[in-house]
Amino acid sequence: MHELSLCRAIADTAVAHANGRDIRRVRVRIGHLRQVVPGTLQHCWDMRVGGGPLDGCVLDIEHVPAVVSCVACAALTTLTVPVRQCARCGGNDVELLSGEEFLIESIDVAPAERTTNSDTERTT
Amino acid sequence: MGRFHRHPDGTVHSHDHHHDHGHDHDHRDVGDHSGYATGVERVAVLEQILSENDRLADANRQLFAGHGVRTVNLMSSPGAGKTTLLKATLEALRAELRVGVLEGDIATSLDADVLRETGAAVSLVNTDAGFGGECHLDAVMVASGLGRLPLAELDLVVIENVGNLVCPAEFDVGQDVRAMVYAVTEGEEKPLKYPVMFRSADAVVVNKVDLLPYLDFDIDEFYDHLTAVNPRAKVFTLSARTGEGLAPWLDWLRGVASGVGPDL
Repeated sequence: MHELSLCRAIADTAVAHANGRDIRRVRVRIGHLRQVVPGTLQHCWDMRVGGGPLDGCVLDIEHVPAVVSCVACAALTTLTVPVRQCARCGGNDVELLSGEEFLIESIDVAPAERTTNSDTERTT
Repeated sequence: MGRFHRHPDGTVHSHDHHHDHGHDHDHRDVGDHSGYATGVERVAVLEQILSENDRLADANRQLFAGHGVRTVNLMSSPGAGKTTLLKATLEALRAELRVGVLEGDIATSLDADVLRETGAAVSLVNTDAGFGGECHLDAVMVASGLGRLPLAELDLVVIENVGNLVCPAEFDVGQDVRAMVYAVTEGEEKPLKYPVMFRSADAVVVNKVDLLPYLDFDIDEFYDHLTAVNPRAKVFTLSARTGEGLAPWLDWLRGVASGVGPDL
């Protein structure tokens, strides 16, 4: 149950990038090799975001499959168990292409509340 | 309500558009107002979710390094024997190494009290002071407990994490190496079920081997699973209770304390 901690980290980072504006949507990419339960993360997020700039903010979780490339035979394998092995030749010498992502990709921010100075100059 | 739009000079911004001041421009000529369709602006973030924790962990790491202290993050499920191993370790190394302990527990000082009996400096961090009782130590919690350790007088700090086979593996706390304790009572399949922690460990202590005669535990099957998930981990097979097999683990810790790294 570290999903609550992750939500706090996601929320803090999102707010830091929002320049004071309300945040409507946060997109995260989480790799298959991370022990994060998407449903739990979503549930914790809904608990976390009430009130403030994140009120009603949607969390989009993109699940990234774990894919390895075999050094010996170059085959790509999407892992279903946490063992890094080539499904074609059984080789263990593989390169991890994806699956360890733990990234806040982008946020959607609401329109700013006030007219900016530059705009006032431009439109008068 | 503000609107996002783009001006011909490339300026992108938002503003209220119910002008109450006099002006004579044609709205269609001023910038690209296609953003008005939603009024929402996408901002790229591209930051690791735990980037703030990682920054604080690096600060901890620098603090340790500044005092010439090496650190072990000791992790396991509840009841695998971290505290028993740590007590035996502190007693065995007492004469040659100055070891301090940062003890993480959701609640109580029970483990810290046991370890203080060895004479070691122990700083207790109860994680229930946080939001809902954290199931792991993070860099902030470790930092909060460091002030109670005499770092300048220590060679090695063992950070005993909260008993949990999942969450502690995701959080860098500023350690030099990660070690985990696994008990043979936990079953052969655990590396496959909890791969993140097994993969993160520089050393895996296989504990409670004195119980093997009483268990249907296939230790070779466990080693196969461990190797499949983490082929580079140092493995120490021992009983913290009887002291059997403790010596190689102590040698590894001596190596960590002297700065030769986890691959001794």
